[in-house]
Amino acid sequence: METWSLAWTNLTSPPVLAFVLGLMATLIGSDLRLPEPVYQLLTVYLLLGIGIKGGVALRAAPPGEVLGPVLATLVLGVVIPVLAFWVLRVGTRLGPVDRAAVSAHYGSTSLVTFTAATVFFTSSGVSYEGFVTTLLAVLEVPAIVIGLLLAGRHTARSASWGESLREVLTGRSVVLLVGGLLIGFVTGAGGYERVQPFFGDMFTGVLTLFLLEMGVIAARRLRDLPQAGFGLVVFALVFPIFAGVLGISAGLVSGLSIGGAATLGVLAASASYIAAPAAVRLALPEANPGYYLTASLGITFPFNLILGIPLYLAIAERLGG
Amino acid sequence: MELPHVVLVTVVAESVLEHRLVRDLRDVGAHGWTITDARGRGSRGVRADEFEGDNVRLETLVTQEMADRFLAVLARDYFPLYAVVAWTTPAAVVRPDKYA
Repeated sequence: METWSLAWTNLTSPPVLAFVLGLMATLIGSDLRLPEPVYQLLTVYLLLGIGIKGGVALRAAPPGEVLGPVLATLVLGVVIPVLAFWVLRVGTRLGPVDRAAVSAHYGSTSLVTFTAATVFFTSSGVSYEGFVTTLLAVLEVPAIVIGLLLAGRHTARSASWGESLREVLTGRSVVLLVGGLLIGFVTGAGGYERVQPFFGDMFTGVLTLFLLEMGVIAARRLRDLPQAGFGLVVFALVFPIFAGVLGISAGLVSGLSIGGAATLGVLAASASYIAAPAAVRLALPEANPGYYLTASLGITFPFNLILGIPLYLAIAERLGG
Repeated sequence: MELPHVVLVTVVAESVLEHRLVRDLRDVGAHGWTITDARGRGSRGVRADEFEGDNVRLETLVTQEMADRFLAVLARDYFPLYAVVAWTTPAAVVRPDKYA
């Protein structure tokens, strides 16, 4: 069946296999680690590359085609964290601050999952609108704000989310992503030609290296798994699928292609662990990273990477076909 | 040679706190500080920011009075909520007015 062969192709691709390698190596106690500066460089490369390519596509897209999906994404950015907050209340015994912290993470998005998905779609011949990077940028921030607001009444630190917001908006993720979009938009396809061998041809290779380190990091988070509790583990596996379906539906309704809707589904289903944790740690220090980071990084990220991406594509094909 | 004394305050904290610590340090009147990356373990054992590096170590030379005020701020705003440790050691310096 097409879907299974696609899932297999994803699982046996170098980026995903490198992730599994990093995971396994750390679980058996290896000291495998990329040097910190190297890892930082790879992050810059991925963020900038994704941004520039998205900006180039954005310039070429008719505004009417972009507006609908952007609005749909904004709505998702508000609805998903609120939904997560409520689901967690029903399904787990976490307190309101912890639930708000987790909701902020799940409403926001994972650049790496997005990158892996676009690489997978391209290599499988699935076409998607290039401007989806704009949707990535749109989805990064609102959920974090919503999450902090949801915690509002219950937290000891008052009005500290100005600081968190500044941390998020001036942080590397957002600056490089939005900056990259601007660069791509201004330079256009012609300008991009000159960096295509660097940001285009080498992209999957760099992603492979990056995911190796992500496997190491995810494995270290898995050590906190017993602390997370059964309810949260189930949430971390099931909620992304639910959010993914919401994203796919929103994408199809707002006029995206099947590939584009699948990408929006991936964005909706993924959970942040770069932009959100720092913001949440500053604003909600009473929230336990053993919950939000373990769920987002230790469970949801590997799930989305290995199983989720092909699954969301299959769902998008089913719903959109 | 008998050198005048100031206080060296050392703080080791999770790296997300760097900007806030510097701001609070400025507010008590410190004129300078040194920051290095650090890693290690503490009684809390929680970290929320694998992507910026584990910890930062902040060192500053200040008067006793500034040190007291800064430690009070740490005790009020940081110790209950974050992974932070701090200590003071006496330091002999050549230019004491630089740190007042």
